[in-house]
Amino acid sequence: MSKHEIIEKNIGLMGLLVTIVVSISIFIEVGPLYSQVSVIEPIEGLEPRNALELSGQNIYVSEGCYGCHSQQIRPFVDETLRYGHYSMAGESVYDRPFQWGSKRTGPDLARVGGRYSNEWHEIHLLDPRTVVPTSNMPGYPWLAETPIDIEETVASMKVLKMLGHPYTDEQIANAAASLTDKTQLDALVAYLQDLGTAMPKNYQ
Amino acid sequence: MIDFNDKVIKQFTIATIFWGIVGMLVGVVIAAQLAWPAFNFDIPWLTYSRLRPLHTNAVIFAFGGNALIGTSLYVAQRTCQVKLFSNSLASVVFWGYQLVIVGAVLTLPFGFTQSKEYAELIWPLDVLLAVVWVLYAVVYFGTIAKRTVKHIYVANWFYAAFIITIALLHIVNNLAVPVNWHLSYPIYSGAVDALVQWWYGHNAVGFFLTAGFLGMMYYFVPKQAGRPVYSYRLSIVHFWALISTYMWAGPHHLHYTSLPDWVQSLGMVFSLILLAPSWGGMINGMMTLSGAWDKLRSDPIIKMMIVALSFYGMSTFEGPMMSIKTVNALSHYTDWGIGHVHSGALGWVALMTMASMYTLVPRLWGRDGMYSTQLINVHFWISTLGIVLYIASMWIAGVMQGLMWREVDANGSLVYSHVESIEATYPYYVIRMIGGLLFLSGAVIQAYNTWKTIKGAKNPKETTISDSQAVGESA
Repeated sequence: MSKHEIIEKNIGLMGLLVTIVVSISIFIEVGPLYSQVSVIEPIEGLEPRNALELSGQNIYVSEGCYGCHSQQIRPFVDETLRYGHYSMAGESVYDRPFQWGSKRTGPDLARVGGRYSNEWHEIHLLDPRTVVPTSNMPGYPWLAETPIDIEETVASMKVLKMLGHPYTDEQIANAAASLTDKTQLDALVAYLQDLGTAMPKNYQ
Repeated sequence: MIDFNDKVIKQFTIATIFWGIVGMLVGVVIAAQLAWPAFNFDIPWLTYSRLRPLHTNAVIFAFGGNALIGTSLYVAQRTCQVKLFSNSLASVVFWGYQLVIVGAVLTLPFGFTQSKEYAELIWPLDVLLAVVWVLYAVVYFGTIAKRTVKHIYVANWFYAAFIITIALLHIVNNLAVPVNWHLSYPIYSGAVDALVQWWYGHNAVGFFLTAGFLGMMYYFVPKQAGRPVYSYRLSIVHFWALISTYMWAGPHHLHYTSLPDWVQSLGMVFSLILLAPSWGGMINGMMTLSGAWDKLRSDPIIKMMIVALSFYGMSTFEGPMMSIKTVNALSHYTDWGIGHVHSGALGWVALMTMASMYTLVPRLWGRDGMYSTQLINVHFWISTLGIVLYIASMWIAGVMQGLMWREVDANGSLVYSHVESIEATYPYYVIRMIGGLLFLSGAVIQAYNTWKTIKGAKNPKETTISDSQAVGESA
């Protein structure tokens, strides 16, 4: 223990040792993930979100939906019965940031795409208790009245392309036109309807 | 006498008490919204999903952060027997930090967020925070560097590790490419982003809410108890064990997800090991009272500190248990997690902060003691009752949710729909809100007591010990 006095009398040395000790884990835990194909490669059939869905993703993030909804099905009997096939890492490679969540105040949404009609989603998002009377989810009535930020969505696609999402120049050029007159509600519903649908139908 | 810079410490102290009330108030509001969704009022910036990050950021970074920065600069001056490295820089740190907090208040409820939990602040605020943090490090380490005593006191080891590691975590987790002034995309995606985020998230708990507050504990508990730290050897061992182990434990937030299994198992093993260094800190704090246990009867501040350490021990036992994959299979995604967090956040972090503020305030403003010891006692009991209601209701709710979700009948069909688990949880959400309201009331009582102390008011109903001594002396 007397040797520890050397550290206790030298703040530079102590700071250096602390830095070394706390830095190791990130390299050993995160580093190898980049060499695991199943983690960083998309599953077959997964496309980057189209302009409307991407705009919906931005709204999902902005409204803080991740606080109550996970997008990650664990490999348990009850979860696969309730939500479908367990989630694969390759399904979320185009999610920046990831939306796995940490709490299920509401149900998991990893495979909610195609489970309900667009009309159901619209009614539910504006006033959840009209379709689920005992739900404690807030209503989001302003989504129907707020137009999409088209400029932001196009800029988003460009940045994501730079980060490696395989958008074609054509997709980016046509994005603005596909978003005309769309509301945030349209975008969010399109995003939800796409979730988990890249997996083959019999796996969803 | 050294001319300590206490002005900035006073500012941080008042900010701590103020933001504590704000953050806890938002917490009570969102607790009420979960019990009665009508409280969302269909107003965007009052909606649960937008206020929840404001609550977490306000209590962690505004309440906890102001307490940590303020006490660290106080402790550094006292234990190093020097003035602050730079008064003007310290002032910049104070106002810069408040600017980040005000920025959070003006962005999060309006939908400007990164969505990474406890790292929701948009990129311009992240940059500002990084700059302020570096300046804080300059002031803190500059003060330590020019100390006139040879040894660096143990509280400073913890504060130092907290400052260095938070800088590292903040920068690595927030690396992103901006789209416009508020939107950005992280350089990581999917499973990698998940792991980086929980490496950050777990160590925000480990270094902000644990190491930093252990630093606070190592100064204020011995101070208030009038006893030296129990074991020097234990403090060395548990310090290095704690900071080296914590960093590996993040993956336990991602059990059974599509993160590769080997990382999950590695995280679980380190989480289990973490029990030992955590309890090392608890034991060292509690045993500091050996020879002075009678103070538990007479001094409500000591009582609050010991209960805080007890909650620290409890939640650092519960945490490793929840990191065991089979337990986590039940607990994850449920309100059990919320209960666990609050046993640490209310029980350990907030009580230790509040108790340290009670020690600090009279010293900063040159008073003999707090205005009312009786009110500290009331605060202690109302908070403790609040915590018990909060965590007990969330434990029961969480285990119930986990069991309901996995219930399968003889035919192999699910027994409950998700919304049935919500229906069953409503009564517990009400109890939790009452618990939170009690805890908030305690914070308001402290604010009143602090205000009276600062004003130098004399409590007509109470005679402080020093008063009676003074009378005795003059007679």
